[in-house]
Amino acid sequence: MKTLLRPLCAAAALTAMLAAPMAAQAHRQWMLPSMTVLSGTDPWVTIDAAVSNDLFVFEHVPMRLDGLVITGPDGAAVAHQNEATGKYRSTFDVQLSKPGTYRIASVGDSVMASYKLAGEQKRWRGAAADLATAIPAEATDVKITHSQRRIETFATVGEPTTEALAPTGKGLELAPITHPNDLFAGETTQFRLLLDGQPASGVEVTVIRGAGRYRDEPGEMKLTTAADGLLEISWEEPGMYWMEAEMRGGKSPIEGAERMAVYVATLEVLPE
Amino acid sequence: MRRLASAAVLTGLMASPAAAAELNLSVEIPRLSVAEYHNPYVAVWVEKPDQTAVKTLAVWYDIKLRNQEGETWLKDMRQWWRRAGRAMTLPADGVSGATKAPGRHQVTFVGGKAPLGALPAGQYNLVVEAAREVGGREMVRIPFQWPPKAPASGQAKGATELGAVSLNLKP
Repeated sequence: MKTLLRPLCAAAALTAMLAAPMAAQAHRQWMLPSMTVLSGTDPWVTIDAAVSNDLFVFEHVPMRLDGLVITGPDGAAVAHQNEATGKYRSTFDVQLSKPGTYRIASVGDSVMASYKLAGEQKRWRGAAADLATAIPAEATDVKITHSQRRIETFATVGEPTTEALAPTGKGLELAPITHPNDLFAGETTQFRLLLDGQPASGVEVTVIRGAGRYRDEPGEMKLTTAADGLLEISWEEPGMYWMEAEMRGGKSPIEGAERMAVYVATLEVLPE
Repeated sequence: MRRLASAAVLTGLMASPAAAAELNLSVEIPRLSVAEYHNPYVAVWVEKPDQTAVKTLAVWYDIKLRNQEGETWLKDMRQWWRRAGRAMTLPADGVSGATKAPGRHQVTFVGGKAPLGALPAGQYNLVVEAAREVGGREMVRIPFQWPPKAPASGQAKGATELGAVSLNLKP
């Protein structure tokens, strides 16, 4: 009985995943910096990167570090150091050797395809460049999802700067009105969300304060961006916050693909 | 000749009543009974009523550590760091100083002279913020009017990292 049930369950789970890739992403992806506001010369930050349900608790799987993109205050790429991946988290260091703001991101661009081949349901995941050769010509019921992810955080030495925050124009991004390293409890922050560099309206955003396991209420804020992509967040308490925005639609460079864009930022809110 | 002229201008400034006004500050750093004690970092600045920083008057921190390592913890005076510190280059002449031991510390700032300089007439707050290694952080504000028309004073009292803070203005 047991053996019979298992494959059935697995098949059902797979179908569910295919039907709703959003649901498959129930786990939260995040990067957690040791500090976001720094003083002194050439300080370091260390960053934990993981995927989990509880924020910011290492309890599921580490984040892979192959998509790291770190941008320095002058807009140039910065290399990370001392990388390691353990059971529950990855970790790496960044030396902030120039004054200003650093953008520390994990960027992903991948394609998921489902199709039928000789009556059998097939599934493929890979890079956009490999899509053409990955799906047999005789495949039917082809459904392609183009997924763009950006998971990031920010750290500033001295005065906050904005060169590193210049939008890349790909997927969902945050354009600062309030600087992301200048957030204080009791204040209201304004950001603009961009999709492919253009204001993204009507995007659903979730904001959750970390350390939820010490509270009964998860304390989620559900927000939606206004017509011009404007997002306003009022911070009641200091802490490390996780912010996620996701949306379907918008033009994908891959023909016939449905695009899904996800943006995640870890933001530190300091006490006044 | 040029040097003489600027000296004359300076003398002129000093002689004007507003520029000669004085701001005398007394900051008490409390003696704490803790296992590990380090003198606190302290920042003193002048802000407008909307909390915009106008002048940093003093920053007491570990100025003698190697490689300016003491600057690592300047951000712990987080309000000063946000409002003024992060935009400054330290050490700053006449502003940076060594940390102070528990006790009362008197400092005088003179109108027209660094670091107070020529403060435009108006309503201000004097802010004192202290942050201590393996300890806490506290900030107090004393409102004042500048320049003072008559001798004036203001008091504030910290509860944890600062003791009595008093400000005396002399026209």
